[in-house]
Amino acid sequence: MGVARYWRQQDQRYNLRGARCTICGNVFFPSRMMCPVCHRRSLGKMEKYHFIGSGKVASFTIVHDPAPGYRSQVPYILAVIELDEGDMILGQIVDCPPSDVGIGSEVEMVFRKLSEEGRSGTIQYGYKFRLK
Amino acid sequence: MGSGIVSYGVYVPRYRICPRDIGKIWGQDGEAMGRALNITAKSVPAPDEDAATIAVMAARRALMRVDVAPSEIGAIFVGSESHPYAVKPTASIVSEAIGAAPHLTAADLEFACKAGTAGMQACLGLINSSNKNIPIDYAMAIGSDTSQGAPGNALEYSASAGGVAFLLGHEKVIANVELTMSYTTDTPDFWRREGMKYPSHGERFTGKPAYFKHIQETAEKMMRSMGTGPKDYEYAVFHQPNGKFPITIGKKLGFKMEQMENGLITPHIGNTYSASMMIGLANILDKAKPGDRILAVSYGSGAGSDGFHIVVTDEKNGYALEKSPLVMDEIAHSIPIDYSIYLKYRDKIKMEGE
Repeated sequence: MGVARYWRQQDQRYNLRGARCTICGNVFFPSRMMCPVCHRRSLGKMEKYHFIGSGKVASFTIVHDPAPGYRSQVPYILAVIELDEGDMILGQIVDCPPSDVGIGSEVEMVFRKLSEEGRSGTIQYGYKFRLK
Repeated sequence: MGSGIVSYGVYVPRYRICPRDIGKIWGQDGEAMGRALNITAKSVPAPDEDAATIAVMAARRALMRVDVAPSEIGAIFVGSESHPYAVKPTASIVSEAIGAAPHLTAADLEFACKAGTAGMQACLGLINSSNKNIPIDYAMAIGSDTSQGAPGNALEYSASAGGVAFLLGHEKVIANVELTMSYTTDTPDFWRREGMKYPSHGERFTGKPAYFKHIQETAEKMMRSMGTGPKDYEYAVFHQPNGKFPITIGKKLGFKMEQMENGLITPHIGNTYSASMMIGLANILDKAKPGDRILAVSYGSGAGSDGFHIVVTDEKNGYALEKSPLVMDEIAHSIPIDYSIYLKYRDKIKMEGE
């Protein structure tokens, strides 16, 4: 991911900032301009929403063929997390062997390195999860 | 009105390697080395952890325990000898990641193992001079490191990773800092040149003319200024490059083991460098009661020492300690690894294309 694109998503990736529809109360991650329930009535009525980063594993997979930069973490866990406030997000679960993770496992957000642009480029940081 | 610690948070990576496993690789008696250094294990950062991620975790945990909005923080200083960038501040990453940005000042500090306590002094200076020209009510000092020892070097047994964040201010203070003093000289005991991966030791300077002299000078000057002696403190904590030096200097100054044992963290997780004395102080604060007096003295090679005379206040009784992990929780959550995983996690293996 390019430096500028990542920079634009910093608030989302650092602080799990999504959106909340002030009409129906539904929350969304990532942020949306329009609520998929309230449609155009929600235009201009979406507000920023800060997820606390706590949730449960809805589904997960164990990655043996890593993405670039993730060779030293193989095998690693990618999971769909159901956040306590609602909505689901994809994230890595760290600091445990795959055998410790199951559907329903409770997780919390941690702040980690996501990637880096080689040895001389920028380092990208953001959310990952680990078991509570 | 006093000023001091309003809140604090601690973060220690979960991976651990023990001296036996390090010694086995280099043909040394690792267990004997561990006993000599008084270290049973050292913390190792995961491959996706660095001084910035550790600093952010510690800072967030400090804020979880207190009702202070991140936007009220007027300054953040991050002390480390392992900042992930040579040029680009760790402190700005922390500021953004805890929601304190953009209306604050932030900077990185480096002074070997005492950069975090130098940050505490800078914060106290800003807070104590707070007025309409310098409107800073809260400031955060962080010590965070993922320190490196060269493979096979004695430092490899102790250089570990961890971080502590202290939120300082003059309201809701749980521990007043009643005096802070320092002692600084140009002593070539330990250094790392720009671009070099591992540090070097000026062997003859390590110990007596460096660590022991600087801590002794600071501690004695502090006690002279306060009119106190070792018996006037419930707790004492010193920088701990290993588990042996702080006990030696503490005893030399006249402190007893029961005053020092709560501050001794290096025997469990190794030397967390900029976080080393601060994590000992955090463990003391986990247990301390109102009225308890603490003498805390850091040391950084190169060389300098910062001392703090701290008195726990009544605010400690209502402090939400349980909202983030205690130091002992962080020590207990551990995952043992062997030397090969340690090499991989510490990026010591040359990969294809490098």
